[in-house]
Amino acid sequence: MALDEVKIGGLGASRRRVEDNRFIRGKGNYVDDVVLPGMLHMEILRSPLAHARIKSIDTSAAYAIPGVRMVMTGEMMAARNLAWMPTLSYDTQAVLATDKVRFQGQEVCAVIADDPYIARDGVEAIVVDYEPLPPIVNPTQAMADDAVLIRDDKVNQNDNVIFDWEVGDRESTDRAFAEADTISEIDLHYPRSHPSPIEACGSIADYDRSTSKLTVYMTSQAPHIVRAAVSMVAEIPEHMIRIIAPDLGGGFGNKVPVYPGYVISILASILLEKPVKWIEDKTGNLISTGFGRDVYLKGKLALRKDGKILGVRMDTVSDHGAFFSDAQPSKFKIGLIHSAFACYDIPTAYLTNRGVYTNKAPGGVAYRCSFRVTEAMFFQERMVQAAADDLGMDQAEFRRVNLVKDDDFPKRTPFGFLTDSGQYEKCLQIGLDAIDYDTFKEQKAEAAKRGRLLGIGISTMTEPLGAGNSREYDILGIKMFDSAELRVHMTGKAILRTGAKTQGQGHETTWAQIVAHELGIPAEDIVVEEGDTDTAPFGMGTYASRSTPVAGAAVSMVSRKIRAKARKIAAHLLEVSDEDIEWELGRFYVRGAQDRGVTIQECAMAAYSNVPDGMEPGLENNAYYDPPNLTWPFACYISTVEVDPLTGVWDVIRMVAVDDCGVRINPMIVEGQIMGGLTEAYAMANMQFITFDEDGNCIGSNYMDYLLPTAWETPGFELHEVVTPCPHHPIGAKGIGECATVGGPAAFVNAVMDALKDIGVRNIDMPLLPDRVYEAIQTGQDVSGHPPVKNR
Amino acid sequence: MFPSRFRYEAPTSIEEAIALLGANEDAKVLAGGQSLIPMMKLRFANPALLVDINNIPDMGYHRADADGSFRIGALCRHADLEKSTILREHQPLLAAAAPLVADPIVRSRGTFVGSVCHADPQGDWAACMVALGGSIIAQGPNGKRAVEVKDFVSGPFTTVLARDEIAIEGVVPSAQGTRTGGYLKLERRVGDFATAAVAVSLDMSGGVVKNAGIGLVGVGAQTIDASEAAAALIGSSLDDDAVDRAAELAAAASNPRGDHRGSADYKRHIISTFVTRIIANVQRSEMQVA
Repeated sequence: MALDEVKIGGLGASRRRVEDNRFIRGKGNYVDDVVLPGMLHMEILRSPLAHARIKSIDTSAAYAIPGVRMVMTGEMMAARNLAWMPTLSYDTQAVLATDKVRFQGQEVCAVIADDPYIARDGVEAIVVDYEPLPPIVNPTQAMADDAVLIRDDKVNQNDNVIFDWEVGDRESTDRAFAEADTISEIDLHYPRSHPSPIEACGSIADYDRSTSKLTVYMTSQAPHIVRAAVSMVAEIPEHMIRIIAPDLGGGFGNKVPVYPGYVISILASILLEKPVKWIEDKTGNLISTGFGRDVYLKGKLALRKDGKILGVRMDTVSDHGAFFSDAQPSKFKIGLIHSAFACYDIPTAYLTNRGVYTNKAPGGVAYRCSFRVTEAMFFQERMVQAAADDLGMDQAEFRRVNLVKDDDFPKRTPFGFLTDSGQYEKCLQIGLDAIDYDTFKEQKAEAAKRGRLLGIGISTMTEPLGAGNSREYDILGIKMFDSAELRVHMTGKAILRTGAKTQGQGHETTWAQIVAHELGIPAEDIVVEEGDTDTAPFGMGTYASRSTPVAGAAVSMVSRKIRAKARKIAAHLLEVSDEDIEWELGRFYVRGAQDRGVTIQECAMAAYSNVPDGMEPGLENNAYYDPPNLTWPFACYISTVEVDPLTGVWDVIRMVAVDDCGVRINPMIVEGQIMGGLTEAYAMANMQFITFDEDGNCIGSNYMDYLLPTAWETPGFELHEVVTPCPHHPIGAKGIGECATVGGPAAFVNAVMDALKDIGVRNIDMPLLPDRVYEAIQTGQDVSGHPPVKNR
Repeated sequence: MFPSRFRYEAPTSIEEAIALLGANEDAKVLAGGQSLIPMMKLRFANPALLVDINNIPDMGYHRADADGSFRIGALCRHADLEKSTILREHQPLLAAAAPLVADPIVRSRGTFVGSVCHADPQGDWAACMVALGGSIIAQGPNGKRAVEVKDFVSGPFTTVLARDEIAIEGVVPSAQGTRTGGYLKLERRVGDFATAAVAVSLDMSGGVVKNAGIGLVGVGAQTIDASEAAAALIGSSLDDDAVDRAAELAAAASNPRGDHRGSADYKRHIISTFVTRIIANVQRSEMQVA
């Protein structure tokens, strides 16, 4: 008898997360929990200024403090050729500043001391003499003719432009605009935000001179990439480097890059021959590590009067901060921003992007998105709503006219991606029905009686998740595949390792479910381990919703390899030929005699005790999976909001989410991912951003200014699902971790804009803080949110 | 958190605590610690000595006394007030403010008196006390004295407390008639400093305002006592003219700075809107009672 898949914790089982057993008991093992004998502590002195020349650094008072072992300066790093390091975007980034500081919070010195208190005392005792330079906090300032040169360290860098990039077909797009009945235009800014995982970054470097081995405990979403990078930068042979990413308290993209703190702690450990621990504080994390977004758009849609979109034009400018250290693996300069409009049937599109340096923190990361996809979909859905309004067309109907039809897959997107599958109109209809779209006018009239403005906003989108394929995606030349290694023990229990690295996604739970689905081994009999480069197979880590599309597929494939071997063992045990063996979940049997069979556990035992002649013993294997394409989940988010015109405060009345991420491995975890993503979407629409004043001071350097919503203000979410299996993934799954973060913000913003439509306001830049909404209502004008922050 | 080095004492009597404060330069009283500890974390505050008063018995009370006054001890937590039925019965303004103080985590530890002593222009309780004409009882080596909260705060984060004095109690005077009022706060998120907040206290008798007070939060260098605005209400029956006048005067009394929470004009507008709304809410609930 085949096993009941849900009972053994296979696909579709909302199995409780096994990792939570230790997390809810406070038994997680994070980097800061690791204590090594003789360990020293490091603290970083950061620049108080956004742009200044360093005239002198006096560390003598710090050295005078008992317990201070070493003060690292840029000069000391430079003497070892480590003052600068290469970035993942082929630029250079200062590890410790030597010449200038280029953003507030930049690393200037590091103190290594006996305990973290002394390290802080040491940092306070360092005296740095700065000569202030004019700070640049937005692209307009950066591109001004008289703008001061931020990167005067680089040869042939004569302005603050990093690159110009274009994609699409300019000529045919121009033609589309020439033929259009109406052209809809909108200017938008997606503000700078920060992933802000609850655990900041940190590392413990432990160099052992007797073995020449460097072990680093590190908050990394991609430990194998770090191993390769450290090997390149520090010139330590790769086999002598062990990176261990233990439990991570969230990542959201923040823990993909290699940060100066890691590098400094490694050098400090080599010099002092002691383990050196660096644990970043929250302010350090918020002001210096990988941010997200900060992109400006001039968007245009060419429209036919019946609502058909004829062409898309997007001119974008991205603010990368002081160093171009975006952690993104595509060959495209600005990630996958040209995945915009992938869910719409549009003949032609053209996009330009200019990247600029500013005096802001570097390290653009995919904050819970697939490399600028968040900007792409936000811009797309805001442009779509503006276009519907310009045509005087119902926003749902406008989408219906333009959405790709179910029969059209695979479908080439306007910028050249190939989407795989979907049922877009069905998702939209479920969302519209759920939110009572047809009665919205009555709801609005009722709210108006109470002096409130009601609005409804839709966001529909598909996004590319699961980099690679290896043809188009690599990091420093390393291709974007992923891996799994499965060892089935003789009693039928197993250990699975992958090259991904869970940081809250629940891999320890879901990977076991995939094995259970493929082999019929109960999920509870499988332990999952990730993050240690000495034990895990090589992989590219977890970000950009790539784990299930890539590593998850590898888990499926390695399980199938194991099953293929077990089948031969089963034939041997049942004394029939391979071809006469049938499989049902958990068991092989003889074709035509279903009662004659052996379980997968019996095959496992035989693999170690009774293999057929000529077969290698054991039941272990690994698989490397290079995905044929990205996966393309679809989402429809619809929100209704109520605006208080006297204060500008807006409340979410309802938020309906319809997600199609293909086959759901663990529905509970999928729903958790969606709710978390919607919360982040709400945050970005409502309150969360990092801005700067005209002096380059970071506004958002702590959780009093950088606002994360709590359970108090986060609205309730109503979730619905559609399942369109991914045609090229072994179990039909698509990425889901980021859909709601990517598609959600536009639903909220579109709803507020819908509420203000009659006033003549077309746009308020995120976040839609009460004062911005109030200003728009009072003036009837759009409200820009560009830095520097206004002090009115 | 890694604060600067400090010494810690946890006396078990007020007298002992006062002696410790008197004997040590740069000592700070630790009650709930919800402002002091974060400031020490950031090393904005580097006290040499912390005098933890949490082991001193019988200071966690809040009670309505027979003379009509309401007393809140130095270790009474915000959460105690939030859950209090006696507060709701006697002090509608305080009851309205209690659930809006900071966030639930801070409320479970932070104290009412500590909040007033912190003298942050963003403090909710100080504005309520100003509106209510409340006082702080300070105890020093030579005994106790009462200081009205409007005189207690001498500037941002500074009070008139002497080095060796401890604020042991907050006192709200008795009502002249039936006490009503309300508190509204605009914050970008729970626990955020207020963009602006307004405390209104009204003592009513026979449909006429006998006494009134209005305190403003986050719109000046310290808590603002909008006494002229309150005066516009006294003697009125809360008619539209009086309310409009009070709202206007309250906005005029505010002295906000534009920042990333909003422009000065916006904050002034919020002040007048909230004065109007609080009074409208009061009238609505009066009508419900009637």
